[in-house]
Amino acid sequence: MDIKVGVRELNGERNISIVDLNGEIDVYTSPKVKETIMELIDAGHYALVINLEKVRYIDSTGLGVLIGGLKRVREHSGAVNLVCTNPQIKKIFDITGLVKIFGIYETEEAACGNL
Amino acid sequence: MREPVAPQSETSERGNIVELRIPSRAEWVGVARLAVAAIASRLQFPIEDIEDLKLAVAEACTNCIQHASQSEAVRIRFQIDSDKVVVTVQDTGLGFSGAEVAPKQLGEAKESGLGVFLIRSLMDNVEYELNPESGTKLTMTKHLPT
Repeated sequence: MDIKVGVRELNGERNISIVDLNGEIDVYTSPKVKETIMELIDAGHYALVINLEKVRYIDSTGLGVLIGGLKRVREHSGAVNLVCTNPQIKKIFDITGLVKIFGIYETEEAACGNL
Repeated sequence: MREPVAPQSETSERGNIVELRIPSRAEWVGVARLAVAAIASRLQFPIEDIEDLKLAVAEACTNCIQHASQSEAVRIRFQIDSDKVVVTVQDTGLGFSGAEVAPKQLGEAKESGLGVFLIRSLMDNVEYELNPESGTKLTMTKHLPT
């Protein structure tokens, strides 16, 4: 039960930062995710794609981290799009209504293209 | 794999109780999640329901850890019946009030308060007992699909 966090940069028009997450995001692992996202934002990266394709589990603390990141980038007219293909995780975004505030896409290309 | 548990009498039902006590720290919530997944799998819950149970139990444990001050442990009790599992999650300190923090409808997105909302959404029945001295007890039920 761990989370691996990686960051890639797409040096196009918008300098999109892609955060790759692999593992389970819960009360124990979400601080590591939060730290990475907040460091990116503090460094001036306001166009984020968070790739959840390899995330097997997310709880409310993980959702809280994503919401916190979204609020922060919006202060700078930025945006956060998600890549999510896991039906169970999509269901959590549906139940909580977060599908209405995040752009959620099946592929990284679509998430970047619609940022 | 053994056959799933299917208690037929009150006597056998009393034997189908699993109890787990974890330290009130974040790194132990995953253990509770594994336990409920194993129990639900043994009862032959569908995969989607197993995921619901994992999340609901983990959220309840997380609430205990984050909101119950002075609590050293979280007690999780699984009562396994032929058609349902009843999970009780209890802290041992000053509890949080689920009734106070659990909206029936989720309005604008918040960074906190989602946990209890998820529990209510994913489980068939949820009840809270708040005792200032003994902590909060959350009892939640999930039925096997008919």
